Amino acid sequence: MLVQLASMRDAYAEVLLELGQEDSRVVVLGADTSVSIKTSLFGDRFPDRFFNVGIAEANMMGIAAGLALAGKIPFVTTYAAFVPGKCLDQIRNAIAYPNLNVKIVSSHGGLTVGPDGASHQTIEDVATMRAVPRMHVIVPADAPSTRSLVAQACRTLGPFYIRLSRPSVPTIYSASKDVEVGKAKILREGSDIGIIACGIMVNEAMEAAETLSKTGISAEVVDSHTVKPLDSETIVRVARKTGTLVTAEEQNVIGGLGGAVAEAITESYPVPITRVGVRDTFGESGEHEELMVKYGLTSKEIARAAKHLIKSR
Amino acid sequence: MEEQSIPIGMLLQKAAKIRAHILEMVAEAKSGHPGGSLSAVEILVTLFFYKMRHDPKRPDWPDRDRFVLSKGHAAPVLYSTLAEAGYLPTSELKTLRKINSRLQGHPDHRVPGVEFPGGSLGIGLSAAIGMALAGKVDKKDYRVYALLGDGELDEGETWEAAMAAPKFKLDNLTAIVDRNGIQQDGLTEQIMPMEPVGYKWKAFNWHVLEVDGFDFRQVIDALEKAESMRNRPTVIIAHTVKGKGVSFMEWDPAYHGKAPDKDTVRKLVKTMLEE
Repeated sequence: MLVQLASMRDAYAEVLLELGQEDSRVVVLGADTSVSIKTSLFGDRFPDRFFNVGIAEANMMGIAAGLALAGKIPFVTTYAAFVPGKCLDQIRNAIAYPNLNVKIVSSHGGLTVGPDGASHQTIEDVATMRAVPRMHVIVPADAPSTRSLVAQACRTLGPFYIRLSRPSVPTIYSASKDVEVGKAKILREGSDIGIIACGIMVNEAMEAAETLSKTGISAEVVDSHTVKPLDSETIVRVARKTGTLVTAEEQNVIGGLGGAVAEAITESYPVPITRVGVRDTFGESGEHEELMVKYGLTSKEIARAAKHLIKSR
Repeated sequence: MEEQSIPIGMLLQKAAKIRAHILEMVAEAKSGHPGGSLSAVEILVTLFFYKMRHDPKRPDWPDRDRFVLSKGHAAPVLYSTLAEAGYLPTSELKTLRKINSRLQGHPDHRVPGVEFPGGSLGIGLSAAIGMALAGKVDKKDYRVYALLGDGELDEGETWEAAMAAPKFKLDNLTAIVDRNGIQQDGLTEQIMPMEPVGYKWKAFNWHVLEVDGFDFRQVIDALEKAESMRNRPTVIIAHTVKGKGVSFMEWDPAYHGKAPDKDTVRKLVKTMLEE
């Protein structure tokens, strides 16, 4: 099978241009990372609506709040290592508390930023942003769904955090497969186990399901791109159908998608669950594939967890 | 400046009423920040009753001038001023800090006329920059005012913002520093020395003015100079006294965040309004 790779960053930069064209309220802020993330393309096209504030993330969030208060739709973008890390106070008090229409899109999330090492890897942003009231948290799986989810965020009032990963990833969504903010997408039907994933781990989940099918295990794969508000209804339905769940994310297993899913099923239909993700440890330098193997972010790890759960049922 | 057109009597009267509201509301709430509210009274009175283009009947009027209270702990002076201007009933002021009230301990966006929920220090100037940038993008002529505390200047974000505003040539932005010399733990010059304050802003390429923050003519004059400055933001260092108007509060760091009791306030207010 031919696997098509595409970059979420490129998709983001492209959709920003479209959004900027169709809505003059769209403005973009950068913090000295806009060439790398390619939001500078927006700046080239719409120079009066692009603001590079330098290496000053806190100020960037505050300025975005002011722009939103004056009717703009600010897209704020830098590396996930610094957002929300360097500006949580501004995100909480200046953006989420007054429910402002600011779209925070971070790039280079998770471990797969690679050789830069632990200081530039982000494993706690999803958990942090989930805990902020009024914040939507989205982790897209591929380039086409990034396009669609960013465009929907632009058209939905309120604060959003959208987290993108650095590597080019296999394309999962074709134009015909729609993706909707707040609705988990069942990508593959199955009956023995449910795999709930987000971000680049959705592809790993699909591969794991394929592997499992060869050993006679039928896995249902769900892309839970919207980590908050979580589509609990779909997730509980999958739990009822399959009786056991594996979650998979490029994040610390504490408080991210795994945490959200565990909370949801514990309240309505508890089933055994294994969370695949970074096991509460910092990363290190390395190529992204090497890091994924070393820190257990692979289809193999998901399949292993699934088999173990089914065996001990 | 047209001396004749400044209604000093009205401004003085508003200031006295607002001081009385501040004392009454913090006494009723039994908590709050009277010191830094009292130091900023004349600045807010000048803005809301003389300088700013605004309409209490249309708090979301797109062309209005904007006031950002970055030192959000001075919420009592903002709420009192908004009430005197007609944004909310003065009778509501006594609900400050009480459950189910709109008047949160720090400015809340739900209150008409509150432009920004200041409180966590250091953010307001950034937000004011955002509003001023939007004005430039939309080619609107509204002005944006941000009131900062002097203790607040300890915050690093203030200086990130101070670097950014001149880059974007925001001549529609005026920052005012309430230089009352006191922060929560004591004198600003002991806690974290910040002099020479004016030179710091100058070094960041701001148009810097210094005034007596209780002298309406000086404040008005500075605001008008700020308005005629092109391509540069202005900062007005307003020299004030924390707790101004209440002899035992003046220069006492204890009254940064402590409310006087109701009996004392009753007597104080009587004298204030008689004067």
